[in-house]
Amino acid sequence: MSAPGMTGVTVPRAAAVGIALVGLATVPLWVGNSYYVDVASQILLFAVFALALNVLVGYGGLVSLGHAGLFAVSGYTAGLMLQAGHGHAAADLAAVLVTLAASAVFAVLALRSTGIGFLMITLALGQILWGIAYRWADLTNGDNGVNISTRPAPFGISLADAPSFYYATLAVFFLALATMAAFVRSPFGASLRGTRDQARRMTALGYNVWLIRFLAFLFSGFWSGIAGLLYVYNKQFISPQVAALQSSAEVLLMVISGGTATLLGPIAGAAIVVIMKYVVSAYVVRWNLVLGVIFVAIISFMPEGLVPGSVRLWRRLRAPRPAGKPGAPP
Amino acid sequence: MTALAVTGLTKSFGGLRVTNGVDLAIAPGERRLIIGPNGAGKTTLFNLITGEMAPDAGSIALFGQDITRTPCRRRAHLGMARTYQIITLFPRDTILRNVTLALLGLSGLRWNPLIDLDRQHELARHADEALARVGLRHIADRPLTETSYGERRRVEIAMAMAQSPKVLLLDEPFAGLSIDERRDVQQLLAAIPRDVTMVMIEHNMDVALDLADRITLLHFGEVIVEGTRAEVVADPRTREVYLGE
Repeated sequence: MSAPGMTGVTVPRAAAVGIALVGLATVPLWVGNSYYVDVASQILLFAVFALALNVLVGYGGLVSLGHAGLFAVSGYTAGLMLQAGHGHAAADLAAVLVTLAASAVFAVLALRSTGIGFLMITLALGQILWGIAYRWADLTNGDNGVNISTRPAPFGISLADAPSFYYATLAVFFLALATMAAFVRSPFGASLRGTRDQARRMTALGYNVWLIRFLAFLFSGFWSGIAGLLYVYNKQFISPQVAALQSSAEVLLMVISGGTATLLGPIAGAAIVVIMKYVVSAYVVRWNLVLGVIFVAIISFMPEGLVPGSVRLWRRLRAPRPAGKPGAPP
Repeated sequence: MTALAVTGLTKSFGGLRVTNGVDLAIAPGERRLIIGPNGAGKTTLFNLITGEMAPDAGSIALFGQDITRTPCRRRAHLGMARTYQIITLFPRDTILRNVTLALLGLSGLRWNPLIDLDRQHELARHADEALARVGLRHIADRPLTETSYGERRRVEIAMAMAQSPKVLLLDEPFAGLSIDERRDVQQLLAAIPRDVTMVMIEHNMDVALDLADRITLLHFGEVIVEGTRAEVVADPRTREVYLGE
């Protein structure tokens, strides 16, 4: 894949990035209301989650419908560790390790197949985790969920209020984005895309297709777990609903509606879904209907997703009308 | 020592024996042509040799080393490269990236998630050389979707050759090419140095005949005739298989 980023850094593009950065950095100042600052934190943490899923869906061609299970495993592990009286550092470390272990189990079982088979196995595994959260009440407190009383204070900085939590989330979000950007340009990223496009050839060329997919799954699981940690600290509460199939479907919709195999797509998708859920729902009771209409519109007019679709429309608007010469056939 | 030795290789799909006790002994540097009508089991034989399929019986050795149970990806690292009859490239990438992926497959860099692939100058230089060899350097940055069929055939060969194989397996490298394009590919293959052992499948005998040292005629999964070019062409069984006389 040729990266247009190298030579394509134009003035408008640099300006857009600058405006976005300033905008993100000043959210607590212009949003004011701490409820909406929390919504902004939610957008960012779900963007991390969607970016994580995009590694598999977009770059690996592996559609998972069980990622909410991994997200929830992380949140639950941290929540239960904290409830049992452990410190934040131990709880967070355990959350990451348990999520990686769960991701490895998911990967070993699901990577026996690709396509629909992969999707069904991840769905089943996600449902098992949901079942554990919901029914194994002795461990998970069942439907009542798990409450945590405090947020961590990294480097002595309290994250108790909405703006400081937002900035912590923003830092993690940038770290995730930077990791993803490096991954996409790297040889390993190219290897993963190769397994998506031509797995047979990749094997004949000397690549270990299974291991590439397995490592990509762990990478995806890791960031899903980090997003899950942010979630449980943001809400200070986690319940089985977080692990449910609907949550897996939501994050998948974020990726697909925003644009798979792009860095900005999952972020845009996360923004749409979270804004619908927490902002529009205050005014429209059937906000799910609005969300559905938006998705139908995106799929109808921009089947490749919101971000690549907008880029395409923008180019078409700016390009001079073709003088009788049709474009190159695909 | 033989470069590639195949002994008693057998493969069945259900009740159909597509490869039936095939023996091949190909010397280092040899150009071997495998011919046979449609359905003779030529591509299946390649898939068995490269390890994309597992044989039911028989063995395969590469320069004396038994590789019958070696996974397909390891065989690439041992010096085996192939092209495909049905073009099997990376459609979303440029020509250059296709060849880069071939080079990366044998490089330890392929696991690296941190460095920028576009800035690996050593890799880029090798890819450039591989493309120059097949005459595609001037369109290296063209997306594969904007290339012609003939160019894609040459990308196939460039990718296999980029891996500096010891044994090169070419599955119908002339399939679907125009007369001009065929001549180009013929010259390309003739220029490959003799330290590469070449095994070529061709459905149409005339195109590839000039390139071959020895010819194996396959029919219904069995070796019918094997010998020098003249011997095989003169053999009545060749006429029988091809002309049904």
